[in-house]
Amino acid sequence: MSKFKKKKSGELPAVNTASLPDIVFMLLFFFMVATVMRQNTLMIENKLPFADQVEKLDRKELVMYIYAGKPSPRYQQKFGSEARIQLNDKFADVKDIQNFIYAERETKREELIPYLTTALKVDVETNMGLVSDIKQELRKAEALKINYTTRIGEVAKN
Amino acid sequence: MAKRSAPEVNAGSMADIAFLLLIFFLVTTTIETDRGISRKLPPIQDENVEPPVIKQKNIFTVIVNRNNDLLVEDQVMQLGELRKAAMDFLDNGAGQGDEGCSYCKGAKDPASSDNPTKAIISLVNDRQTEYRTYISVQNELVAAYNQLRNREAQRMFGMDYTEMEAKYNDPNFRGNKDKLEKQIDEVKDMYPQKLSEAEPKS
Repeated sequence: MSKFKKKKSGELPAVNTASLPDIVFMLLFFFMVATVMRQNTLMIENKLPFADQVEKLDRKELVMYIYAGKPSPRYQQKFGSEARIQLNDKFADVKDIQNFIYAERETKREELIPYLTTALKVDVETNMGLVSDIKQELRKAEALKINYTTRIGEVAKN
Repeated sequence: MAKRSAPEVNAGSMADIAFLLLIFFLVTTTIETDRGISRKLPPIQDENVEPPVIKQKNIFTVIVNRNNDLLVEDQVMQLGELRKAAMDFLDNGAGQGDEGCSYCKGAKDPASSDNPTKAIISLVNDRQTEYRTYISVQNELVAAYNQLRNREAQRMFGMDYTEMEAKYNDPNFRGNKDKLEKQIDEVKDMYPQKLSEAEPKS
């Protein structure tokens, strides 16, 4: 009887999916390794401008971030639509910047302090008035190394 | 009853679990941007110190108004032309004798800068200028310096200046860092980045 059962039917054999978990795990590990969890939840709109003459910031632990831009839609009722500064997880005033820099310096080892860089992540629509106020405060706090964080691309895309 | 082998765990749902995790990481991933234009701010100066006298022809003025228009050396200019204009100014080298510039390839126009080491680019913004324009202008001016430095670095060391700097900043670079630093400084001295920013006008 088995003779008849072995007769091939016209159906295609099912694709073997045994290695599917392996492939998915490989992708999973890639994303787990490549992920950098954001330290700060952004409360502002932060669309960075394009530039192509960029340098890389190598040591992440030596970078202090200052964000600026319009508050996100859900904060606009409370904070208005004028561009604001964000330090850590809070909205801040220009005069808070000096204290922020000093507080950041406290947490770093003394010999690393000269290498501290301030990264300015500023939304493209912000006015220069706010940016110059920030820069003026940084000069007062003697945090002179700055980096305008940008996306990489032609200036014409701005 | 003979020895019974342990039943195999059903691994059929492993793929589902892995997919779930994968999707979680896909959604939470933000590839952080950590590149940008590096600048150094000038320290705060004593107000009593007299500013040094600089010849007008050694200053290249770039003014950006509240409508994001550029005025370069009293002429309206499009952003695309700025890099070329800045390079022409820096590379002019009209100086004579001691002030001369042996490596400049510019037009030697007596009305423009004497020497790249004396040439200063002055940038004035309005408080209403948009940040995107500011960054574009900064980028073009830095690009002008980088192109000139690249040219000289290629001529002297057969390598781009930007490449030299990238190597110098790379912590995994195996090679003679001291020599590289000297070469970088040499190129920097030929075209020092003198970019002055005034307080914005309101």
